[in-house]
Amino acid sequence: MKKNYISLFDVIGPVMVGPSSSHTSGANSIAWTARQIFSGTPVKVDFTLYGSFADTFRGHGTDRALVGGILGYRSDDVRIRNSFEIAKEAGILCSFTPDRDTDVGFPNVVDIVMEAADGHSLLVRGESLGGGRIRITRMNNIKVDFTGEYSTLIVGHRDEAGTLAFITSRLANHEINIAFMKLFREKKERGGPAFTVIEADDFLPEELEDELLSYPTIESVDMIEL
Amino acid sequence: MSYDFTNAKKLLALCSEHNMKISEVMLERELELSGMSRSALFEMVDRCLRVMESSTNRSLDEEPVKSMGGLIGGESRQMRNLSEDKVICGTVLHKALTMALSVAETNASMGVIVAAPTAGSAGVVPASLLAVYEWADVSLDALRLGLINAGALGYLFTKNGSVAGADAGCQAEVGSASAMAASALAEMLGGTPEQCCNAASIAVSNLLGLVCDPIRGLVEVPCQTRNAIGVAGAFTAAELSLAGITSPVLLDEMIDIMVDVGHSLPESLRETGKGGCACAPSVCSGLRGIQHLL
Repeated sequence: MKKNYISLFDVIGPVMVGPSSSHTSGANSIAWTARQIFSGTPVKVDFTLYGSFADTFRGHGTDRALVGGILGYRSDDVRIRNSFEIAKEAGILCSFTPDRDTDVGFPNVVDIVMEAADGHSLLVRGESLGGGRIRITRMNNIKVDFTGEYSTLIVGHRDEAGTLAFITSRLANHEINIAFMKLFREKKERGGPAFTVIEADDFLPEELEDELLSYPTIESVDMIEL
Repeated sequence: MSYDFTNAKKLLALCSEHNMKISEVMLERELELSGMSRSALFEMVDRCLRVMESSTNRSLDEEPVKSMGGLIGGESRQMRNLSEDKVICGTVLHKALTMALSVAETNASMGVIVAAPTAGSAGVVPASLLAVYEWADVSLDALRLGLINAGALGYLFTKNGSVAGADAGCQAEVGSASAMAASALAEMLGGTPEQCCNAASIAVSNLLGLVCDPIRGLVEVPCQTRNAIGVAGAFTAAELSLAGITSPVLLDEMIDIMVDVGHSLPESLRETGKGGCACAPSVCSGLRGIQHLL
């Protein structure tokens, strides 16, 4: 669900742990979204910080906000302040690397690499746009573009004919209206790994995951609900 | 009939057409666009007010903590402990300044605040509204409407102006917050919708050109004391407007002017930490300056 107007509570809000909507709240939302996309439980998370994130991440609590997001805390959750200690107790190993040299073309950017106990991992790149708003721009080697402001369905699949038709037919079955849909693929030609990202106006039911996974080219299904 | 509006002129037209306050038009707009029930909306307003109240008191009630960057902590308590014969601002403004410092401390130490319109300027609106609510004969409902009034102004600044220091300097953050508070105070004290917009216009004009120059790039210094001046500016503008003093520059124009001025500021004065206070010799000359601050 998503609104297309500036609300009273966009202006008087968000309710958030300080000090900065872009450096704290936005960073938290990127990590929270990344955690939603990752199937499985991360035991190791590496954060690479770019732009002004790299310069001021400690003083803005960007690091604690990121770890809080991985723990599933939203930006108004005071547990963010103690997220390091909580992550340590939960056995999640976190590391931070400020990268001041690489030009990623945007002021506040973070790469999050999550790794599960079985070794599978996922890289998610997010940009903090200001006012707590964010955009996810990369998953592994694939450039993507979505905000997490809608109900979002992320399907990892091989780029083969029929996959998209299958996905949309399942959505139609559940009477889910698609707001935006885009297929992102790693290679220029067909057959390689791809992500289809669908931002929907309606709530995504849990059973959708198993239904989609039954299709031979579909490898992962993740859903983000706000 | 739609209550949506895109600028102050249309907002005032709706107020006059329906004989409503600014807050009442904003309330109808929100109900119309969100589809929310009135009670659900007021629950959210009350949640904001609760967080605001706790952040205005937190640094007074609890032992002060150092900010994340270590540059501030304990200032609101220092203000509270000031002996009465030195309170030249008067009781209400003194209380509001103390509250604004507390919100900035809460924010800088990773406490929970309500961005209004931003985290860096989060002290101005709650401190102004809550101090006046405590002092004046203002009902809780009028306080709720006051916050919605501030939201209406914040909406105009977000839509037609800017509320990002990186875009248009501190005038876009503390300046917008000061205008929001000025308008809300005018309404809470019985001002007309025109007096609210006029108060907002005066408040912005008085902070026009204010640069965003945070030391070490952190939301600490001079952000904390700028929240205090945002409050003082809001009180001043509301009082001037309630006395019938008007700005010849209408609010819609003033918002445009603020953006123009903001965009003509050099980048070094727009949240880059490369100009203004951030480059003061006493701050930049290494440890000595920093220790002085600590």
